Amino acid sequence: MSLLAVEDLSVEFRTRRGVARVLDRVSLGIERGQTLGVVGESGCGKSVTALAMLRLIASPPGRITGGRVHFDGRDLLALSEDEMRQVRGNRVSMIFQEPMTSLNPAYTVGDQIAESVRLHQGLTRREAIERAAQMLDAVSIPDPARRVHEYPHQFSGGMRQRVMIAMALACQPDLLVADEPTTALDVTVQAQIFDLISELREKTGTAVMLITHDMGAVAEMTDRVAVMYAGHVVESAAVADVLREPLHPYTRGLIACAPGARTVAPGQLLDEIPGTVPSLVERGAGCLFAERCAHVQPRCRAELPPHSEPAPGRTVMCWLHTQ
Amino acid sequence: MSDSLLAVHDLKVHFPVGGGLFGARAFVKAVDGVSFDIRRGSTFGIVGESGSGKSTTALAVMRLVPITAGQVHLGAADIGALQGEALRRERRRFQMVFQDPYASLNPRKRAGDAVLDALNLMEVGAPAERPAQAERLFTQTGLKAEQMQLFPHQFSGGQRQRIVLARALAARPELVVCDEPVSALDVAIQAQMLNLMLKLQREFGLTYLFISHDLGVVRHMCDEVAVMYLGRIVEQASRESLFERPLHPYTRALWSAAPSFDPGARSRAHRIRLQGDPPSPRNIPPGCRFAGRCPHAQDACRSAEPELRAVGPEHWVACHRVDDAGEARYG
Repeated sequence: MSLLAVEDLSVEFRTRRGVARVLDRVSLGIERGQTLGVVGESGCGKSVTALAMLRLIASPPGRITGGRVHFDGRDLLALSEDEMRQVRGNRVSMIFQEPMTSLNPAYTVGDQIAESVRLHQGLTRREAIERAAQMLDAVSIPDPARRVHEYPHQFSGGMRQRVMIAMALACQPDLLVADEPTTALDVTVQAQIFDLISELREKTGTAVMLITHDMGAVAEMTDRVAVMYAGHVVESAAVADVLREPLHPYTRGLIACAPGARTVAPGQLLDEIPGTVPSLVERGAGCLFAERCAHVQPRCRAELPPHSEPAPGRTVMCWLHTQ
Repeated sequence: MSDSLLAVHDLKVHFPVGGGLFGARAFVKAVDGVSFDIRRGSTFGIVGESGSGKSTTALAVMRLVPITAGQVHLGAADIGALQGEALRRERRRFQMVFQDPYASLNPRKRAGDAVLDALNLMEVGAPAERPAQAERLFTQTGLKAEQMQLFPHQFSGGQRQRIVLARALAARPELVVCDEPVSALDVAIQAQMLNLMLKLQREFGLTYLFISHDLGVVRHMCDEVAVMYLGRIVEQASRESLFERPLHPYTRALWSAAPSFDPGARSRAHRIRLQGDPPSPRNIPPGCRFAGRCPHAQDACRSAEPELRAVGPEHWVACHRVDDAGEARYG
């Protein structure tokens, strides 16, 4: 049984211009100890998927309109708020893009790490601070016994993200959700953080859901990938398969247009995905990618393609790949 | 170098920090002795991490921060020394595109007026022809003439960056300084923007100074690349030479840290790990600035600062452990 199975999750937001369907029947799964990449552009719904899974969508304006989130055999959407609190931070932890805004500047990092272990694991204050120092050591922060008493502003950006990871892993969760954990960091520091997440995953068996806009990060870090576009999972498969043979035209575009992928010679024009992401408020009847797609057929504009399974463990949402 | 457009010589930008009535004045040496030439019509890239001084270099070339020492020449004009009206007149020859298209447009000014103002300010062509000229710039940057009436918030990030580019091109500049021009954009929009920049370069014969932290983008766009670390250029070469044969340990670490698209060769095992963060430009260590993080540092590296020197055709490096023939004498 999968550790996490999201089925047909749908989320709407009320906006001034009408109701935006931000997630439309999103399905994805993560096995124990596995890493799933969720990749897509701004507004595709990748962060909202994670927030909705953990029931962190502000309501109103947001609303989960359907679906199930099976985590370790239970449907998270059916739990009470108290039960949910036992899951969040304890069984599932989350780290965000900007570590400075996720840390409280008025408390020492030790206090902040200790808070979650005291809350979830019932340790005393002294034990919790000790555990916090161990965690800082585990994320390779030098001199942890001293630094545990320091404040977030005394840490660099990369160090702060290490603190966030220490906090997230202090309760030994089954799943770590990392939402663009390295976007604000320099490339050598990003490499350190990726190495750290991979090492800790190997050591503890924590599954990871990595949300990113960077196909390179997906290629490097994850086992499977779900590509999202305008609130749909348009393709999901093992990373190696997607990189070798992307099926959905959007996935193909996403890989080809990245200058780092080097599918075109330097100085030559890159492959473009023309146009921009469609409005989520006025959705047409057909495929949401149709207006930007080079392979568009009349059917694509009229009817939303189903999720088909061209190979075991592989799904794609495109009329080109339906039998 | 033949037909050089921009020549920067021993540029220094030091910012005073601290120092009250009695306190000692300290300096952040953001740029500390940087020299390079850019050939007309080419793209020169500067890569580096936060605090390397790459953006400050761009701002100094644009005369948007005070230059502490050094010369900046644009063709025959000594733009590093010009002041007042003479500088303003010369500004039409060098323009800038910033990273954040949300912050670099006036939210209360219509997009068309942003471009028209630039034409008026720089007195480009006859006043009566300027509206048509603005319209032409709009279509050349992939926007529609009817969008000139809209305000910045009615555009997406990519479109806003097009407006910024149209405004920069209004004065018919020779040099466009681009500071992380696509970093705020999604990857699909990034490709559109990079393609537009390449097309405009050919059309207008532009020269770009291109600042970026994204090695993929730099490799795609730049003919020549300098790697900066703590206010200095540590390595500089043609694109081919620098990406195929990086010599400085920092350049190698930077290259190996970039995520690879090749799923077969996951680079984690081969990665050169750098410990820690770059030191603060407030108190720069003696010797090589990279020695503290360098896996190959020796005693000599900690005492004498290496000079940038030629080690091959179009290849310069500042490292004690690379010999004059361009062979890395380490690891």
